[in-house]
Amino acid sequence: MNSIVCIKRVPDSEARIRVAADGRSIDPSGVKFDMNEYDKYAIEEAIQRREAAGDGQVTVITVGGDEARETLRQALAMGADDAVLLRADVSLDGLPIARALADEIRGRPFDLLLFGKQAIDDDGMQVPAMVSELLGLPCATVVVSLQIENGRAIARREIEGGHEVVEFELPGVIAAQKGLNEPRYPSLKGIMAAKKKPLEEKDVALVDGGLELVGLTGPPARPEPQIVGEGAEAVPELVRRLRQEVKVL
Amino acid sequence: MADVIAYAEMRDGTLRPVARETVSAARVLADELGGNVVAVALGGPGSADAARELAGYGADRILTAENEAFANYDPDSAVRAIESIAGDMSPVAIVFPASAQGKDLSARVAGRLDRSLASEVTEFDVEDGSIVVTRPVYAGKAYARLRFRETPALISLRPNVFPVVKKQGAGVAEALDLEPGEVRTRVSGIEGGSRERLDVREADVVVAGGRGMQAPEHWKMLDDLVDALGPQATLGASRAVVDAGWRPHGEQVGQTGKVVSPSLYFAIGISGAIQHLAGMQTANVIVAVNKDPEAPIFSVANYGIVGDAFEVVPRLTEEIRTLRDSGG
Ligand SMILES: Cc1cc2nc3c(=O)[nH]c(=O)nc-3n(C[C@H](O)[C@H](O)[C@H](O)COP(=O)(O)OP(=O)(O)OC[C@H]3O[C@@H](n4cnc5c(N)ncnc54)[C@H](O)[C@@H]3O)c2cc1C
Ligand SMILES: Nc1ncnc2c1ncn2[C@@H]1O[C@H](COP(=O)(O)O)[C@@H](O)[C@H]1O
Repeated sequence: MNSIVCIKRVPDSEARIRVAADGRSIDPSGVKFDMNEYDKYAIEEAIQRREAAGDGQVTVITVGGDEARETLRQALAMGADDAVLLRADVSLDGLPIARALADEIRGRPFDLLLFGKQAIDDDGMQVPAMVSELLGLPCATVVVSLQIENGRAIARREIEGGHEVVEFELPGVIAAQKGLNEPRYPSLKGIMAAKKKPLEEKDVALVDGGLELVGLTGPPARPEPQIVGEGAEAVPELVRRLRQEVKVL
Repeated sequence: MADVIAYAEMRDGTLRPVARETVSAARVLADELGGNVVAVALGGPGSADAARELAGYGADRILTAENEAFANYDPDSAVRAIESIAGDMSPVAIVFPASAQGKDLSARVAGRLDRSLASEVTEFDVEDGSIVVTRPVYAGKAYARLRFRETPALISLRPNVFPVVKKQGAGVAEALDLEPGEVRTRVSGIEGGSRERLDVREADVVVAGGRGMQAPEHWKMLDDLVDALGPQATLGASRAVVDAGWRPHGEQVGQTGKVVSPSLYFAIGISGAIQHLAGMQTANVIVAVNKDPEAPIFSVANYGIVGDAFEVVPRLTEEIRTLRDSGG
């Protein structure tokens, strides 16, 4: 069972995000970075499949700056076998990333190509399905469970009010959602072993997509909060304001 | 021509609520650009008839394909259909809902057409002839303005943000010549969750409960409030209660759950962690009930009540019922 997992380094979900003075990027000072949460489910799934099959290779790939090396080492420490850093400046447009990943993956043999369902920086939810189309492969996104039998995958994906059952022949693509598994933490042994695992690096030139960043701003300000009162006695006044001030009841 | 394609999402033979939002928004965009709105509706038996309704939201052409095989989402056929329509008419934009299906399909279409996609868009404009969109990034901690420098611009619209507007379009209905073809990815079934309630992303009012509710059996109280608020209301949850197994993951609001923009959001016994705020701070009106006056949820709430949910919620349900009964 050979898998390729695409992972991304992103600001931690706790991070306070401030727009930098240039109005086009975020101020990285004080921001902690981590592997994208959903990508951890993707790696875990690939490792578990390799372990169950008793053989195979898990390759992790990222498109990013030098700092992303650390994220790849983290994946190797979890148990991936080798890693590829495609060095480039990434933007908020998913297409150039998808193209670079597809170019790297084309020609590599694999059974499963895994992604996280969403990168929590650009929140695009687009790279996995884009890559699947660029490679002409079947794909299930937002996957919460996966069964593989005789080369056929049966995935359940989250939709409004339930799940869709999606079936396809391998090789294919899945994008992992929380619930797929419990990602492991790297062990000390894993961290030591990761230092000796192969990590290939190459520069890639991203081909611009069709989106140009005009600017970044903070979120629109919320109205001044008002405490209506304390306990159940405040309820009639709350209802009055919901009806008369903001007219939502 | 400056035509705009609107993907009108269906399930079984009926339009999803987001279909009307998508077509209404496409109408606004097409009016600015001076083009037609072409709605694309693929669905099971009965869908072609159901799709005619879209003329009332501004569709000039309604392209339908009614087939048992399209009763469930068929991504391969949908991509093929849009690819061929886009090839025939060179639209300036293709607009999708940012629903589960719309996000999946829009990204596939983007890959197939090798064109960029702006997801979860909350605003759009036309400036000097090009389409400029605003979309939240970093879980809504920042907003990006992005300009399309190529056509077609691929856009998915955040549900519940764009109004449904009645406006008559030419409304010509045509059957697409689309047969289910080679299926790489097959949707073989749908497992319903709690179908009697709307999904959190689609509901107009969300009543979300957190760890302050203290035990799963206390959700009856929130259920009653939802019932009192009416059919446009539904339940939501914080991650703490989903992780505890009290509520299904489909209800989770936040960075690792769903991002919602209802007109009214109740946060009951929810502290307001940054990851939760990421999922609901674009709600129009936020009401927080929490016994801790220092809880961060109060910093984003339009209205707060400091108090015990077990006293406040039943009273709220009662007041809203009285209001409804008196026809208010
Ligand atoms: C990577 C990551 C992703 C995350 N994603 C999400 C996400 O998507 N969504 C999410 O919600 N969280 C998410 N979290 C978790 C988040 O950090 C918080 O832990 C979580 O939101 C807390 O849930 P809560 O507010 O229900 O519980 P708590 O923080 O325990 O708050 C309970 C609140 O209830 C109040 N309370 C107690 N009793 C009563 C009473 N009787 N009446 C009224 N009030 C009462 C308390 O004062 C308190 O404020 C994420 C965390 C991480 C690390
Ligand atoms: N720069 C990148 N390098 C490698 N994988 C990526 C990159 N960006 C996104 N991905 C993958 O695509 C998934 C979805 O990202 P997005 O479409 O940007 O929300 C992520 O969870 C990753 O698995």
